[in-house]
Amino acid sequence: MADNNILVKTRDLSFKRGDRVIFDGVDIDIRRGSVTAIMGPSGTGKTTLLRLIGGQLKPDKGSVIVDGENVHELRRSQLYQLRKRMGMLFQNGALLTDLNVYDNVAFPLREHTNLSENLIHKLVLMKLEAVGLRGARNLMPSELSGGMARRVALARAIALDPMMIMYDEPFTGQDPISMGVLVRLIRLLNDALGLTSIIVSHDIQDTLSIADEIYLLAGGKVVAKGSGDELKQSSSEWAQQFLKGQPDGPVPFHFPAEDYADDLLDGKPGRAQTRM
Amino acid sequence: MLDPIQNLGKSGLRFFERLGRACILFARILGGLHTLIPRLGLVIYQTYSVGVLSLLIIVVSGLFVGMVLALQGYNTLVDFGAEESLGILVALSLVRELGPVVSALLFAGRAGSALTAEIGLMKATEQLSAMEMMAIDPVHRVMAPRFVAGFFAMPLLAAIFSAVGVLGGYFVAVGVVGVDEGAFWSQMQDAVDLRDDIYNGVIKSVVFGVVVTWIAIFEGSDAIPTSEGVSRATTRTVVHSALAILGLDFVLTALMFGEI
Repeated sequence: MADNNILVKTRDLSFKRGDRVIFDGVDIDIRRGSVTAIMGPSGTGKTTLLRLIGGQLKPDKGSVIVDGENVHELRRSQLYQLRKRMGMLFQNGALLTDLNVYDNVAFPLREHTNLSENLIHKLVLMKLEAVGLRGARNLMPSELSGGMARRVALARAIALDPMMIMYDEPFTGQDPISMGVLVRLIRLLNDALGLTSIIVSHDIQDTLSIADEIYLLAGGKVVAKGSGDELKQSSSEWAQQFLKGQPDGPVPFHFPAEDYADDLLDGKPGRAQTRM
Repeated sequence: MLDPIQNLGKSGLRFFERLGRACILFARILGGLHTLIPRLGLVIYQTYSVGVLSLLIIVVSGLFVGMVLALQGYNTLVDFGAEESLGILVALSLVRELGPVVSALLFAGRAGSALTAEIGLMKATEQLSAMEMMAIDPVHRVMAPRFVAGFFAMPLLAAIFSAVGVLGGYFVAVGVVGVDEGAFWSQMQDAVDLRDDIYNGVIKSVVFGVVVTWIAIFEGSDAIPTSEGVSRATTRTVVHSALAILGLDFVLTALMFGEI
């Protein structure tokens, strides 16, 4: 396999939070130039995966290779060099609340480059134009809707022309129009700028419509992978339950608990809520 | 039977773990100070927000503390016919003790709590994470400027507190209870020593400034990123700062003025 065709490679990735196993030997390959979706039920650690790739968390075992570099063996300064080539879109945009839209997009440019304010002005307007918010440049983050905030964050993420962008639940809580806008933008920017995109989501329809390849995570493992059509044909019960949204199946409806009858008969009563 | 001992051990471990994290943060802030050279604007803005915006409470408190000191001091001194020493009493109390200590307590309540809440909320809204992912170290961009601002603002605020306090004392002593103006100032001038009193007061306020700002920044960055977590962190900043100020004040006083 041509290895330099793969931008992000995780091998035997394992991660625990306290006693809870989040990942147990996850292998993922993300091809350059593709839109790859990581899907799975809530609580399967999809966001954690992005943080592992970005080097904000350390795995207990296994490795994450991004563009040929082992993320968790880099020193802080090398990691920061690598991050300049990664963009990340947080769930709520994570815009800096004390700066307006223009300054938010200009922020990474001012921090990392010595460009003149004149040039930064042009670059910021180009990035804002790409997400359709050139007219909103003087607004403060508190004045933006959720969808607009995410688009500004997207403009900020592409400000330094990264090689890849990671999207953390970009579709959650969006109305159909801003959802459509975001879906189109992600695909468009990926193809126009030659990016590699990783989308973490549990929104099936919209994600399937733009993803080249999909990894389905459950119980700390990759349970299915392939293109949207391949997944729909998949014999995996996990994949079928997830794609069809069935309430019960390999992912149980019930959180693990002791026996129901025993719990009702012998369980200790709770105490009245004293807080809030 | 073993539970209390186990809990004691657990909370002891937690305490030292936090202390360790706080020390690492302190070292990283000091190590990142050189990155502030191209970011002087940030330091100036933060000095404005922790210093200039704290001026009102400092000036008003200083004025009243000075006035009360003069009034109380007069009532005692006049029994011994020593009311002309009122200037000494007011100036020494303010410069040595009340200026640094009270202004640091006010600073912790006014600026320290704001720092913690701001950094804690930046953490809760993932702004700090976003900065890290943009390859910008929040310790350099967010924490170091605030630390330097606290470092410079605190001694200046303490000096203003003392100066305004002396003026307040003067108004009461000369204007209200009728102490001789010449005696008030000349005795003060004679008795207050630059090195023993003023420098030592400044050293105290520098130490308090560093400690309060350090506690505030650490509590913010270590806060649990929820509304309850941030509110607890803010409370902890004020309580721990107050305890640290009063404890350190005793130690510093013993070293500077005590016969140890």
